[in-house]
Amino acid sequence: MKDKIINVFEVTGFTWFIPLVKLVTGDSPQQQLQDLAKMVGIPLFAFIVFLGLWHIGAAKVVTSLGQVPGPVQVWEQANVLLDEHNAEREKEHKFYERQEERNAKKLAKNPDAEIKIRPYTGKETYLDQIRTSLITVFVGFVVASLIAIPIGIVSGLSDTLYSAINPLIQIFKPISPLAWLPIVTMVVSAVYVSEDPMFSKAFITSAITVTLCSLWPTLINTAVGVSSIDRDLINVGRVLRLSYITTVFKIVIPSSIPMIFTGLRISLGIGWMVLIAAEMLAQNPGLGKFVWDEFQNGSSNSLSRIMVAVLTIGIIGFLLDRVMLTMQKFFSYDKNAVIR
Amino acid sequence: MEKYLNIDHVSIEFPTANGPFKALDNVNLKIDKGEFVSIIGHSGCGKSTVMNIVGGLYQATEGGVILEGKEVNEPGPDRAIVFQNHSLFPWLTAYENVELAVKSVFKGQKSKQEMKEWIDHNIELVHMTHAKDKLPAEISGGMKQRIGIARALAMEPKVLLMDEPFGALDALTRAHLQDSLMEIQTELNNTVIMITHDVDEAVLLSDKIVMMTNGPAATIGDVLDVKLARPRKRLDLADDAEYNHYRSEVIHFLHERHARKVA
Repeated sequence: MKDKIINVFEVTGFTWFIPLVKLVTGDSPQQQLQDLAKMVGIPLFAFIVFLGLWHIGAAKVVTSLGQVPGPVQVWEQANVLLDEHNAEREKEHKFYERQEERNAKKLAKNPDAEIKIRPYTGKETYLDQIRTSLITVFVGFVVASLIAIPIGIVSGLSDTLYSAINPLIQIFKPISPLAWLPIVTMVVSAVYVSEDPMFSKAFITSAITVTLCSLWPTLINTAVGVSSIDRDLINVGRVLRLSYITTVFKIVIPSSIPMIFTGLRISLGIGWMVLIAAEMLAQNPGLGKFVWDEFQNGSSNSLSRIMVAVLTIGIIGFLLDRVMLTMQKFFSYDKNAVIR
Repeated sequence: MEKYLNIDHVSIEFPTANGPFKALDNVNLKIDKGEFVSIIGHSGCGKSTVMNIVGGLYQATEGGVILEGKEVNEPGPDRAIVFQNHSLFPWLTAYENVELAVKSVFKGQKSKQEMKEWIDHNIELVHMTHAKDKLPAEISGGMKQRIGIARALAMEPKVLLMDEPFGALDALTRAHLQDSLMEIQTELNNTVIMITHDVDEAVLLSDKIVMMTNGPAATIGDVLDVKLARPRKRLDLADDAEYNHYRSEVIHFLHERHARKVA
């Protein structure tokens, strides 16, 4: 039981819980307290120092929107944003309740009456915006991975193909998402024409921009991983006369999984960064748009609210990375490899 | 009479920046069915190249390899290879490594149950049943090579090729594996080509020792028939005059007639 819990924390990367678990189960308390002090105490201390510096530094800068917010104001605004979310949900709930009541009355009068349920069109709350951002980055990232991994595998296996696409990769890799955006916007407007669009254009534009920028790390890492497979393993496949497809699935992919995941992690990190910029320009209703709207809004609380978004972006980025790390550890054959 | 395996006037050239490099020149070797042949020579003399040509991994520039009357020019399970560094798939257990080979070689020929028995049988043959569900990273170098041998044997090869199979192991483990290999050989009587640079190993295991000259353009310098009675026992042979005679022949060849010019 204890070993299982510890293993879970190890795989997920939350290693600082391990001393706690050991402490609870009664493993030499002194050693565990020391570990705890090292793993939790030091980072916690550093964090408090950071908050203090932020508090003092922020008070010294006064902008046209008032003083730069310190930790206290940001914490307040975070709570305000949560309250706004709850209030909005409450309103939505009541809106649907009223409709149902009205419809019930209508049906009581006349059983054949036509019943309509109108969707609620209130404004998006902060949590809705986080959700939109996550969905957008996920779609962009998955599309990028579905393109990058197969191309990476094929070009890792063939030197000719690799030298053919390498210059293209090198040219497209350093392009900023902001440079892609106008082009993507225009292309999406021209190509994605539909009477009843399933997705908004802003969503498509943002997701495609994420795709364009998060393709490259996965592609390069996959190609390098595939091309550095032990020649002897490939030779074993040749002796067994495995087909190309079998070789790819039985030998190539398993042995390059660690490198593929390294690429995926970098890609997701880049995708998340790119997304915020893309949402600002494309007006996709996510965190990027939130930041932009607050900036345009210019109330005395705007800076604090933007700061909440900044921290949210950071924390979500960190969590996304942890998720990828956990998957990497889960899928890698070498469970003892040190992955940070 | 046509021999079982015929390495017929094989030469190979590799293209380099300074023109073609001739690694092997006119290698000519005939091997009987059930014969255990060692190829010995200094490192870099092209002994592995000979094996890779028989294995089909390289193509001879001139000449060719004929096995049971048919020319071979691509790799195949009838010439299973035991690689020096075991080359097990690190993400598969010992059993699964053998299973991958058995499944792809005997697809459609053996039933599921027969395959399972065949895999277990081969793992038993190399005395690895106790660790068959372990990953390669969890077992020692000698055990990995045992599984490597089991995987090759499980392909039921016509010729078993071994590329310095025990080269990466310590002396004691190597001795254990040599004994195991002799045991298996008594039982199965395979045709084996083994690359080695260990004189004792060559004399102990082989029916025939092929000594190669130094490269470039290496070729067969001499062939020594080892007529020691089987089964051979390491301890008895240590003071055996005949054994020591064979041993000194090989040493004289390697260190006198074809000593490396630069150490």
